[in-house]
Amino acid sequence: MSTQDNRDKDQKNQVETTGHVWDGDLQEYNNPLPRWWLWGFYATVVFALVYWLIYPAWPIGDSFTKGFNTITFEQGGEERTMHWNTRALLAKDMQTGTYAVRQREMLEQVAGQDYETILADADSMSFVNAYAQGSFGTWCAACHQVGGAGVVGQYPNLRNDHWKWGGTVDQIEETLRQGRLGYMPGYRDTLNSDQLNQVAAYVLSLNDYSVDQDDADAGERIFTGSDGGCFQCHGMDAQGLSSQGAPNLTNDLWGLVDVRGAESDSERQRLVANFVRDGAQREMPAFADRLSEAEIKMLTAYVHSLGGGQ
Amino acid sequence: MKHESVETNAGLLIILTLAVISVGGLVEIVPLFYIDDTIEEVDGVRPYTPLEQRGRDIYVREGCYTCHSQMVRPFRDEMLRYGHYSLAAESQYDHPFQWGSKRTGPDLARVGGKYSNEWQVQHLIDPQSLVPESIMPGYPWLATTPLNYSDIEARMIALKRVGVPYSLTDEEYEANVERFGAEHARMFDIRDAEDNLVGQAQAENFDGNPGTITEMDAIVAYLQVLGTMVDFSAYDDGHFAEFR
Repeated sequence: MSTQDNRDKDQKNQVETTGHVWDGDLQEYNNPLPRWWLWGFYATVVFALVYWLIYPAWPIGDSFTKGFNTITFEQGGEERTMHWNTRALLAKDMQTGTYAVRQREMLEQVAGQDYETILADADSMSFVNAYAQGSFGTWCAACHQVGGAGVVGQYPNLRNDHWKWGGTVDQIEETLRQGRLGYMPGYRDTLNSDQLNQVAAYVLSLNDYSVDQDDADAGERIFTGSDGGCFQCHGMDAQGLSSQGAPNLTNDLWGLVDVRGAESDSERQRLVANFVRDGAQREMPAFADRLSEAEIKMLTAYVHSLGGGQ
Repeated sequence: MKHESVETNAGLLIILTLAVISVGGLVEIVPLFYIDDTIEEVDGVRPYTPLEQRGRDIYVREGCYTCHSQMVRPFRDEMLRYGHYSLAAESQYDHPFQWGSKRTGPDLARVGGKYSNEWQVQHLIDPQSLVPESIMPGYPWLATTPLNYSDIEARMIALKRVGVPYSLTDEEYEANVERFGAEHARMFDIRDAEDNLVGQAQAENFDGNPGTITEMDAIVAYLQVLGTMVDFSAYDDGHFAEFR
């Protein structure tokens, strides 16, 4: 190891060495930094200085330097100007951004129309389809699935003609707004297994499945009589009652029992009988407090247009 | 100091290196402790109840944060999808916070109340049964594993030490009544932690199985409270820009 005194120019390359010498002749070049790197470094320093002036940067006491850049937006009806920050930037973007403004215009247009007009107006409907598809994906698809086809046994299909709570726009809006609590009691204590099978046979016979006719006749007496009392919600004709969320049992559209997926007549009957035995409770949450009026309206129109809106 | 003496003294080099690189951290972190606007003043944010806190522990244990963030950023598209952007105040009682840095699954900062308890339970047991295109793994054992809450008091005391206002004395309890209301303050009293945990799990029966308090009860209780504490309708647009 050597010192400053040994520092000299390397004769061969004319490059300064650091002056360190190891093992007698092993030296270390002291090459200057590449020009591009050095200027790049100075540029970052200048960038930082400019940035500090424009944007919030340095903490001082219990505050900080706010920078010269400002954002003006509206808050509570008054114009407000403050230093640049992402929250103010968002507020401004929501108020005056090109796409936000266009979106708001469309939202106002749709909010001001009644359902008849929306469903008939191609301009509104194309906006509704685009916007509500996103809302549906966020709020509804977790249960009803992205396409609205639901899950057999759990969540209703919104693409068919089957409406537990009614398929008019007003009924759909009510469902969305206040939610629904669907309840069918289990009959395990009321009906024995033969009777359960008979009720199942009757319900299947209404949908033209082949069942034992005697069973079906006995089932009809249970269904329409006081033994089962099924008619109280589903109606004497088993056409359902939308005010109770009681489904129509005659249209061969099955939400909670996988009748169509059953592989044999006996399995089909068993599935229905088991369902009657266990009963079911399903909840649709209320969205009145979570979605804006315009969003509820658009989702209603969207769901109505998915399939058999009434 | 001579350059050479620094380069030839490893101990000194380490100390000076640490001193230099800590400047960046100090400049960025230390002011957060004394700048007035770091945490917004906002009503409604409260500590977790014992059951929610145990749910949060399970959330961390199962590594939910590796795929789910809890941070709605202030962008228009995020507001449209998730709701109001997250506030610092909303994670002030989180130790450690679960902001996360990667969204393989959706953000969960405002998932509370979005789905029913039944949905959450079914989805945690078998996600694909509800969302066929999901790649989330199932967590079926949560529904069958009884929740261990024997150490809930120790856990709450640990959180109290890092600043969560759980109460151990009557004075602290009274302060909580003042601050959060009597109903909540009762839940934050460490002396009643076990009863409160059992009580909440039985009253709300998150997992649909009233007989046992399972880990599912806890994690669903936690998920259902996420992002629901602040009533944003009480504040103007842009109000929270104040705190930036």
